[in-house]
Amino acid sequence: MAVITRGFGGRRRDDADLPPGQYRTDDFPVLSAGPTPRIDLDEWELAVVTETGERSTWSWAEFTALPADEPTVDIHCVTRWSKFGTSWRGVSVDTLLADVETTAEYVVAHSYGGYTTNIPLEGLLDGQAWVAYEFDGEPLAPVHGGPARLLVPHLYFWKSAKWLRALELRLDDEPGFWETAGYHNDGDPWREQRYLED
Amino acid sequence: MARAAVPGGLTWQPATVAATRAETATARTLVLDVDGWTGHVPGQHVDVRLSAPDGYMAHRSYSISSAPGPDRLEVTVQAVIDGEVSPHLVEVAEPGDHLEIRGPLGGWFVRRPADPRPALLIGGGSGVAPLMSMVRAATTPTRLLYSTRSPSDALFTADLATAQATGDTPVAVTHVYTRVVPSGWPAPPRRLDADILARVAWPRDADVVAFVCGPTGFVETVADLLVDIGYNPSNIRTERFGPTGG
Ligand SMILES: Cc1cc2nc3c(=O)[nH]c(=O)nc-3n(C[C@H](O)[C@H](O)[C@H](O)COP(=O)(O)OP(=O)(O)OC[C@H]3O[C@@H](n4cnc5c(N)ncnc54)[C@H](O)[C@@H]3O)c2cc1C
Repeated sequence: MAVITRGFGGRRRDDADLPPGQYRTDDFPVLSAGPTPRIDLDEWELAVVTETGERSTWSWAEFTALPADEPTVDIHCVTRWSKFGTSWRGVSVDTLLADVETTAEYVVAHSYGGYTTNIPLEGLLDGQAWVAYEFDGEPLAPVHGGPARLLVPHLYFWKSAKWLRALELRLDDEPGFWETAGYHNDGDPWREQRYLED
Repeated sequence: MARAAVPGGLTWQPATVAATRAETATARTLVLDVDGWTGHVPGQHVDVRLSAPDGYMAHRSYSISSAPGPDRLEVTVQAVIDGEVSPHLVEVAEPGDHLEIRGPLGGWFVRRPADPRPALLIGGGSGVAPLMSMVRAATTPTRLLYSTRSPSDALFTADLATAQATGDTPVAVTHVYTRVVPSGWPAPPRRLDADILARVAWPRDADVVAFVCGPTGFVETVADLLVDIGYNPSNIRTERFGPTGG
């Protein structure tokens, strides 16, 4: 039975595009667990590592020379803000995995700074995810994950690892940083999968 | 990195406002009675849910500012202009009102009682709320550096003075005012900078854990300064709330 809060009317800024429990913001809030890593583009490298240990790597010049997409997507943070119509430029994960041999079903994203998050591989394929390096026509700012971050708009935004360093393909599912700190393993905003027991 | 599960309590629980306490002209502490509440770890937050008579609901997160304890907790809310939830909690809610909470939540920005390290706490504005819980529960040497625009924006002024004077564990509090200083204050208004940090912080962090909480711009600046003076990024924990930039 719902508990009514005396005097509360609410704003009802609802929107059909809002997942349950989210509110809309026009800001771009920043959330992360520690200081913002600063990564020199000369030293930056992106790696895809398969379950057999095979590595494909891209330097910044190689990575930004890959064919890029310009997705415009809605993003949803587990802290309840959603931001509509964000525009990015980035390389589709399909492109990064095009020449990679794998039977893996899971991916762990690794960040500069030590952060990790896990995602089923099928959640990253078929145009659902990018490694983004521009936001709103500008290079991605360090606080938002620059030089490059994962962008997986259909999951809560903690899955879109900032300061991406590597995608590790795995046969088994290995929970990442927030997933071992009490957050849901899957993180689907439309099913409101916020915390472990949701 | 820490691996810790969030302890229980993930269903919505009814809570009753037991008392309210003005902290500043625009911020208020709500004391909430929650049957069967078993306590929290300082730094954790709760999700608060308000329901309108027609079934419309709004939820927001609020850090717990009280020391851990059973059946009761406190949250301290800064009213955001044009906000949906915070103005209700600061201006409308009164003792006897009902709402719902879920928690305690969060397993990273927490100061566990068993952690033997001294703690450096750095808060901006209402970001001091989770740090206040850490101050109240301090069992190791604790230093709080607290930045507000003016003395009248500072939360917990009296409680912080008491914690300093009477706690069993040494708690040192340093205020920084960015716009207006109290009369007789020895320095002009200033932003928190490397100088002040070097004075207040333990020089290096080998055995210190730092917690930084406030608006994004504040957290960015402070975390960078800590890294600059030699703190290991893995010993700096941050939590950001409030609109961007702040
Ligand atoms: C883990 C956590 C702990 C928190 N602890 C506290 C606390 O102890 N005390 C406290 O006063 N607040 C705290 N907050 C912030 C709080 O959850 C609300 O965001 C705040 O009270 C504003 O809600 P509102 O409904 O009044 O405003 P809204 O109606 O949500 O919005 C008002 C305006 O502010 C912006 N805004 C609001 N909230 C945020 C946000 N979180 N990030 C970015 N922009 C935002 C909106 O975009 C909008 O422009 C915490 C947030 C988090 C995530």
